[in-house]
Amino acid sequence: MSAVEPGAARDSVDAVPGIPCDAEGPVFREPWEGQAFAMALTLHQRGLFTWGEWAELLGDEIRRAQAGGDPDTGETYYRHWFNTLERVVAERGVTSRETLTSYRDAWEHAAHRTPHGKPIELVAADFGDSRGTVE
Amino acid sequence: MATGDRGHAQPHGDGHSHAEGHAHGEGEEMSELSEMALRVRALESILTEKDYVDPLALDRIVQAYETKIGPHIGAGVVALAWSNPDFKARLLANANEAIGAVTEVDTLESDLVVVENTAEVHNMVVCTLCSCYPWEVLGLPPTWYKSAPYRSRAVIDPRGVLGDFGVTLPDDREIRVWDSTAYQRFIVLPERPAGTEGWTAPQLEALVTRDSMIGTGLARQPGRADDDAGGVHDAAGDDAAGARPTP
Repeated sequence: MSAVEPGAARDSVDAVPGIPCDAEGPVFREPWEGQAFAMALTLHQRGLFTWGEWAELLGDEIRRAQAGGDPDTGETYYRHWFNTLERVVAERGVTSRETLTSYRDAWEHAAHRTPHGKPIELVAADFGDSRGTVE
Repeated sequence: MATGDRGHAQPHGDGHSHAEGHAHGEGEEMSELSEMALRVRALESILTEKDYVDPLALDRIVQAYETKIGPHIGAGVVALAWSNPDFKARLLANANEAIGAVTEVDTLESDLVVVENTAEVHNMVVCTLCSCYPWEVLGLPPTWYKSAPYRSRAVIDPRGVLGDFGVTLPDDREIRVWDSTAYQRFIVLPERPAGTEGWTAPQLEALVTRDSMIGTGLARQPGRADDDAGGVHDAAGDDAAGARPTP
């Protein structure tokens, strides 16, 4: 019985195109979906939650959205994902709903003063009279 | 402070040809971010400031999942199992260990279990609660996998769901549906197609579709065009029948 060569699967994986991408399209339909996914992965690695806790909260979020009329066809999935993420960080004391809102508003302010096509950057002035700060 | 009223967001021309599409009557056109983009940026800024995340590391994760991590990893594992009985035995006994030994997958988040299709049993995977999925070996789940119709119907009417995917099994074939959780996730080891004796692992790998590892499809038959193999190719798309809102 021959032992499995380490890396055999990997090598063949590298060699064969076709399977992964057929008809699949991009994994994330919009950049924010990828960012939301990566943030959850990172916070899990930092020990903020277990996947069991995550699955429960996400399931809860999806059920709530369905009850509210969301068709839950998968298109809105990352919205549920991100709602869950906001809830987790607020509940676990990483930040607060108020801070989230103040940063959201600041980003909107930043977008509205940035000409189309230029990178949008957040600066302290974008917070106006709210209390959030960035350096 | 600007209000967050999405209703007033001026949709950009879909052609993205700013050269002439937009009048410059009121000066330069300013940027607009979607509500979700604003909220995601807000959280990312906060987490970055608090040192919970590094934006560059986030980008690397996204990139990895977009290009590096995908069903080709699972397909490589399946092909190896088909061509190496010793590996197959170890894969069925302890998937985490067996997969870890032959791939770069090293962040298995929870137990992976490989369930084998045979002439008697067809296995199918679902997550009724949300969308637990073996990301590390299949990439991110297709949209239909996350949809309510698939999540509910897979358990109630697996044969009907398979039919939507273009898969018809003999009446006496038992269908087992596995409900994933955050602690235990499943990958189907599809049946090796007949007529592939002597094929090498890379050759075999080309027959393994993502859906065949979820159990909503079968492996491709050798020598047939993609679309002939029982609709496997069709079913790979996000518009697959499982996502149709059939009650």
